[in-house]
Amino acid sequence: MAKITKKEVEHVSRLARLELSDEEKETFTKQLNNILTYVEKLNELDTKDVEPTSHVLQIQNIFKEDEIRESLPRERALSNAPDRTDEFYRVPKIIE
Amino acid sequence: MKKTGSSDKGLHTLTIHHASELLKSRKISSRELIESIFSRIDKTEKKIKAYVTITSDEAIKTSEEADRILHDSRFTIHDSRLLLGIPLAIKDNICIDGIRATCSSKILENFIPPYDSTVTKRLKDAGYILLGKTNMDEFAMGSSTENSAFGHTRNPWDLDRIPGGSSGGSAAAVASDECIAALGSDTGGSIRQPAACCGVVGLKPTYGRVSRYGLVAFASSLDQIGTITKDVEDSAILMNIIGGHDPLDSTSADIPLPDFRKALNKDIKGLRVGIPEEYFIEGMDKEVEQAIREAIKVIEGLGAKAVKISLPHTGYAVATYYILATSEASSNLARYDGVKYGFRTEKNNDLLDMYMKTRNQGFGNEVKRRIMLGTYALSSGYYEAYYRKAQQVRTLIKKDFEDAFKGIDVIVTPTSPTPAFRIGEKVEDPLQMYLSDIFTISVNLAGVPAISIPCGFSSINLPIGLQLIGRHFDEETILKVAYAYEQSTEWHKRKPDL
Repeated sequence: MAKITKKEVEHVSRLARLELSDEEKETFTKQLNNILTYVEKLNELDTKDVEPTSHVLQIQNIFKEDEIRESLPRERALSNAPDRTDEFYRVPKIIE
Repeated sequence: MKKTGSSDKGLHTLTIHHASELLKSRKISSRELIESIFSRIDKTEKKIKAYVTITSDEAIKTSEEADRILHDSRFTIHDSRLLLGIPLAIKDNICIDGIRATCSSKILENFIPPYDSTVTKRLKDAGYILLGKTNMDEFAMGSSTENSAFGHTRNPWDLDRIPGGSSGGSAAAVASDECIAALGSDTGGSIRQPAACCGVVGLKPTYGRVSRYGLVAFASSLDQIGTITKDVEDSAILMNIIGGHDPLDSTSADIPLPDFRKALNKDIKGLRVGIPEEYFIEGMDKEVEQAIREAIKVIEGLGAKAVKISLPHTGYAVATYYILATSEASSNLARYDGVKYGFRTEKNNDLLDMYMKTRNQGFGNEVKRRIMLGTYALSSGYYEAYYRKAQQVRTLIKKDFEDAFKGIDVIVTPTSPTPAFRIGEKVEDPLQMYLSDIFTISVNLAGVPAISIPCGFSSINLPIGLQLIGRHFDEETILKVAYAYEQSTEWHKRKPDL
């Protein structure tokens, strides 16, 4: 049975904000199915009482003093913008 | 063994420690060294294509500054700038202020970082010279450097073969003497596997040992910057410089940094070396297996004791990794939206359309595939089955190592199941490509350090790599064993015929 259908691939591509051509949808449906079938092997393991690991080091939240420090100057922060106006990033119209 | 070019002194073949000695005793100048590297690049880069960007003018200027300092009457050989006048290459996912960083992706083709990564800041303080930025698999996703938007890098030992990946440019540059040493990054084997494929030394430090500030994120709980060098001593030298706590990376560990160079003595008598049975599997290349078994004999000959061990969950590492790494990647790469930096598509109906098209045109195939897999694994209804399950198996894999290290000091395995494969051989089948990382991935999941060193050649003269894995924050032991092995063998001295 297919793990992931072409319809689901379309749904996921919208979630990922990633347009896919029809050809890409076909290829990814096939390839993701292969990979997900392989990943199935994790279910051979009983992990009922196993804690998940999100991070290998035992670290706590790191807090900093609330002090004003030097930060990236605006002009430098904007220097890579594909489109800008004055001190703003410019994007296509959002509100009608 | 191939002799280096007779027209010059072959300075490009030098290691950091040797070059530094010659520079500090004023037997050579930094300018001579850099010119030797550039004439090497002129000769071999057309074949290898290790670099995305070469910063020649800046490099020459920096070498002249270095020479002024080196020839100043106040300069002493005890100067603390360990890399004064030494040219290095940096993987293109590490940010340097004012130097284009593409991650070998079209989406960052024109991105100029406005700040320095901590590692390159530290290298600069130590006096290094930047040669350029090296090619890689796009966003470090791949095992062959074929997933670069700017062309393939080729293996210096056989130009029809891959150099490994994702730090393939760095490894190929070191192996072909197009630099003295390089930095790479390793999320699932991306330093060690290319080092093995190219016959050089690659160290992935413990997670948290080296600051990730300024490293373009792929999978943040697995990514780690490390070194690719011509020998083990150079690896220790660079670790002394780039390692240690950094307040700018809240996941960098606040624990003291040892002097790794002091760990380099040949005395490994009594050390217990674990050989995991799961790493000697059916289908493994016979010549690789033989080289590893020979290497183990050499290590035993030096007085270490080999012990059979088991890392029972090894077979689940690749599946675990491809869920966790892609999930983290799908989140990390959400930032490439065509707004703040990087590529933006031209004609857009609205904002959503701009996001969708920019990302479609900006990312290559493998990156898209991983974003899709990761988004799927994190999506509603699948999170528990995939992401959480993989996190639990990660706990088991990590525990395998903790249990094993109760009885041993270091683990020895092959770095890769085969020597370098042919360009194009695995591009059609992503799963086969993923399986080439089978021996390196567990190390990232557990967060432990590991080094790959040359340990032999196949019958068609392709390098084979030996992997040494250590306890958390015990790079010293793997460096020590690597050094002892290297000093009693000649593999690291071989050079490709270019």
